[in-house]
Amino acid sequence: MRHRESHVTEPLPHAEPLARPLSQQTVLLLDVRDNRSRAAFGQLFDYYAPRLKGMLLRAGMRSGQAEDVVQEVMLSIWRKADQFDPARAQASAWIYRIAKNRQIDMIRRENRPLPDELVAAEEPSVDDAGDVLALDQEGTRLRAALARLTPEQRAVIEQAYMGELSHSEITAQTGLPLGTIKSRIRLALERLRHDLKDLR
Amino acid sequence: MTEIQHHLTEDLIVAYAAGTLGHAFSVVVAAHFSLCDECRSQLEAHEHLGGAVLEDLTQETVSVGLKSAVLAGIDLPAPPEPTRITRSGIYPSAIMTALKGRPPKWKPVGGGIRQCIIEQGAEGSLRLLYIPPGRAVPDHGHGGLELTLVLQGSFHDASGAFKAGDVEVATEDVQHVPIAGEGMACICLAASDAPLRFRGWLPRLLQPMFRI
Repeated sequence: MRHRESHVTEPLPHAEPLARPLSQQTVLLLDVRDNRSRAAFGQLFDYYAPRLKGMLLRAGMRSGQAEDVVQEVMLSIWRKADQFDPARAQASAWIYRIAKNRQIDMIRRENRPLPDELVAAEEPSVDDAGDVLALDQEGTRLRAALARLTPEQRAVIEQAYMGELSHSEITAQTGLPLGTIKSRIRLALERLRHDLKDLR
Repeated sequence: MTEIQHHLTEDLIVAYAAGTLGHAFSVVVAAHFSLCDECRSQLEAHEHLGGAVLEDLTQETVSVGLKSAVLAGIDLPAPPEPTRITRSGIYPSAIMTALKGRPPKWKPVGGGIRQCIIEQGAEGSLRLLYIPPGRAVPDHGHGGLELTLVLQGSFHDASGAFKAGDVEVATEDVQHVPIAGEGMACICLAASDAPLRFRGWLPRLLQPMFRI
């Protein structure tokens, strides 16, 4: 069984009070993962579907095709929720990846080359509430840094991540503090590799 | 996991995350992520930035029926997931998938060097190279970007020594003569966005024949 503390917004009476609750979308996705909550899934649809459609239109898709991809992405979120690891990704990062995978598969009609999977299929790992919260806080700091950019800098970031710039047009320096969130994810990966070793 | 010395550049990681990197380069990059947790965690950090941008994006109205179609869809049995081709020996999943699950078919290109062309087209080329210990690949420049990922053994050239897991990012101005290290034969995966051009007239004449 997974720990349930990690996705409740209110601190449990006997638990350490959380400094701040997790991001709303991550809470909803954990509710889908752990409780198969249709209500939470409906809220995720309301939040992400219009944004995903916006992203796919910017990548050059027609409206009908974009909605086909949105539908597939939302169904993947429901079906693959058990693979969501909140110590490694916030909901939006995980969904961004799924959407990019589907988008590329659709446009190129062949599967996007993917890194080897690191998911232990049988035994879902147990969320560590501290790790989950720490990653979430880094995500919040990243959003704050993004909000401080000038409109011009901001526009370039949007173009790059929405898929409007080719590789040669992307300049290496974003100036955003990605180092700390990267270190958090690195720790989660090391722990996962350690757990996978134990399973063998 | 051995300590990896030569990593991907950030622009390649961002282009992969955003889905704008060509297929041949994406195979090399995904294979490197499989071997390098440092670059994999950097990729996932960039995906957080992608997710943050997605949250702030202008929302587009979706069709009235889309939500009910999705909600109806979750009650249907999920279609079987196409089985992913997994790693085999020194070849990560991304390479095995590009090889369609079959072991590489090596063709000799002279000097004991062998290659297996995986794809070649307008977008560029992707191939595996097998270089016996101590052998040099003829001096060659290339039209654009070339990525070389070492899967077994090692090679060195003017820009340094590359061991298993290391990736060399070479731009068009680099003229290099990769020499395989001693010990195991060097097997590497190379992608470029232009056909390779060898220096000197003889190799250039041979080039169409061998498709080097």
